[in-house]
Amino acid sequence: MTDAEVFAARSRAKLRRIWALVRKEGLQVLRDPSSFAIGIVLPVILILLYGYGVSLDVRHVPVAIVVEAPSPDATELAAGFALSPYFAVRTVTSEFDARELMLERKVDGVIYLREDFSRESRLGSASVQLVLHGTDANRARIMQGYAEGALAAAAATRNDAGGAAVGGPVNVESRLWFNDADDSHYFLVPGLIVLVMTLIGGTLTAMVMSREWERGTLEALFVTPVQADEILVGKLLPYFLLGLVGLAICVLAARFLFVVPLRGSLWVLGLTSMLYLLVALGMGLFISSTLKSQFLASQITQLVTFLPATMLSGFIYDLRSVPAFIRAISDCVPAHYFVALLQTVFLAGDVWSVILPNTLMLGVFAAIFLGLTRHAIRKSLA
Amino acid sequence: MTDWLASLHRVIALVRKELLAILKDPRSRITLFVPPIMQCLIFGYAATLDLSNVPYVAIDQDRSAASAELLARLDSSGTFVRVADLLSPAEAARAVDDRRAMLIVQIPQDFERRLDAGAGTDVQVIADGRNSNTGGTALAYFNTVVEGFNADWLADHGLPPPAVQPVVRAWYNANLETRWNTIPALIGTLAMMQTMLLTALSVAREREAGTFDQLQVTPLRPAEIIAGKTIPSMIIGTVQATNVLLVAQLWFHIPFQGSFVVLYVGLIFFMLAAVGLGLFVSSIAQTMQQAMLYGFIVMMPFILLSGLTTPISSMPVILQDFTLINPLRYAIDIAHRVYLEGVGLDRLGSDIWPLAAIGAFTLAGASWMFERRLG
Repeated sequence: MTDAEVFAARSRAKLRRIWALVRKEGLQVLRDPSSFAIGIVLPVILILLYGYGVSLDVRHVPVAIVVEAPSPDATELAAGFALSPYFAVRTVTSEFDARELMLERKVDGVIYLREDFSRESRLGSASVQLVLHGTDANRARIMQGYAEGALAAAAATRNDAGGAAVGGPVNVESRLWFNDADDSHYFLVPGLIVLVMTLIGGTLTAMVMSREWERGTLEALFVTPVQADEILVGKLLPYFLLGLVGLAICVLAARFLFVVPLRGSLWVLGLTSMLYLLVALGMGLFISSTLKSQFLASQITQLVTFLPATMLSGFIYDLRSVPAFIRAISDCVPAHYFVALLQTVFLAGDVWSVILPNTLMLGVFAAIFLGLTRHAIRKSLA
Repeated sequence: MTDWLASLHRVIALVRKELLAILKDPRSRITLFVPPIMQCLIFGYAATLDLSNVPYVAIDQDRSAASAELLARLDSSGTFVRVADLLSPAEAARAVDDRRAMLIVQIPQDFERRLDAGAGTDVQVIADGRNSNTGGTALAYFNTVVEGFNADWLADHGLPPPAVQPVVRAWYNANLETRWNTIPALIGTLAMMQTMLLTALSVAREREAGTFDQLQVTPLRPAEIIAGKTIPSMIIGTVQATNVLLVAQLWFHIPFQGSFVVLYVGLIFFMLAAVGLGLFVSSIAQTMQQAMLYGFIVMMPFILLSGLTTPISSMPVILQDFTLINPLRYAIDIAHRVYLEGVGLDRLGSDIWPLAAIGAFTLAGASWMFERRLG
């Protein structure tokens, strides 16, 4: 036999071994309803929850208006709040009632018009007290903005009637780029893809290797001609395909159910998502091949997938506002790079100065995790 | 009487065995007790919607004293950091595209002239809306700075202030720090994530090892087995919650307004519900893999719909109704109300009764499933 023939025969044998492993793993996936649950049911549940349930938009905030002494001015101001889509108003007559409503959390804020409001406002300058329920600080701050806007509008109409100038010396004319509609789906849905990919990739493979360790079946595999990288490919491929199904569900839902614009190109989205899927699968395989215990592997996977992908990825919380050492930690979270990629590809377009460095980082993570897993499998062979 | 005592002995023996099984491995000890503390520390810093160091680029076409004054105010606000002074809008747009800047502030050529003429002038701001929440918050901060500028300018020029002036005060969280909201919520969240999985896995592990069948032939009654599986997880969950509470108090110094007794009463009911849910999952699962995956599928919606990251009141009504069966929703409510508002048990009934009901329902369901499996 020539060298070329030997090589061809070896390659054929290698492919046959990989195919056998893929088939075995694939059958296991097909026969276990829980794999389907995580690959298909979970994406659908998350899409519905994120699409319809989770929203940071503040509307119809329950507030109480305390009118101590009814007067046309006070009524007019209260009506301004009642008409605003941002508030659901309840009028009460005493501070005590308002306090009770706040304690029961029936209202999230109190607008307090004192007895002398009407007299003061005719004199030109009245103060209105605004009490916010501060537990949910973000919501309180947004509410404060809306309330101040409503008050400014009320002041402007009054000034208008008196013939004075409308508005302050400097007016702010603001725009929100990439999301003119100020629709929080635009950033929640791309973030959701990151979450789903992380969960599918991480959780599906987390137990796969540790289960084989616990049952001793991996050692049985070692006495066969199968090599470490073949085991790796055999474990990776079936879950990769299942993950692609989840990815497709998410992208289709983003485009057609929530009509999030896709301003970049589909192939960039597809390739980077596949790369990230490899990272997530590699992370799960690495955890389960080093810990060798299903209990530990599942706990650790839970710790390193869901919350970091939500909290440290820039998906909801902006990472530019966190202390430097937290940013350093978030730099070790692969989801962080994928969020930057997806938000840009969906909403801004193919901005190569964002896409290339982030894709490179994902490639590095994939190489590290898969390389370490291969090393962990091989080391145990010796 | 002796019957009752014997039963108690059996439960205690089982609880001891469970705790030993979980805690004897040093790696599991670390896995159960270190992460909640680390997560609380990390997320305490990371999970903030408050902005600081917002990078912006300025296009100052006026280059006047007034425009410089406005930009200086932005720079000294502690929120904004100027990363570049640019001339062309195209360059500024590129800075936003690359994520180097979050805002573009454009001051028009006639800014100072119009101000002096008393005509009123516009400042254009553009925010990166890829995360529209952050973008909106940055715009709101910007408005606050401009309002301060306006008030001072009016006062300096002897003009009357606006007709209606809001005086704002926030209860329970005077500086409106997101952290005061997030960290108490983590007390329940972090404890639930690990204990639910712990419980779900504990039965599945015995099933895989075949020891669950052995347990059934011992004198232990089903209710005693349930108690023996529930109590250890509740203990571990309570210790985890205590650790998070300690971080909140000792590291972040978030002032505790209520009573610890009240908080712990609430926590115990919550742990009962969370562990009950875990046990219910484990009664359905055949293997550890299934227990883990089903656990995830149950937990994910509960965490998303708990009010941890987004307010429940912004959800559609159907999902708000769904949150009624979510133990975490009640735990977060209890943590906020006891921790920040200092309410007593008399006002917590609406949180504690549902938790007790969820606990009773899931534990009864799990015990029914276990018995049915045997039959």
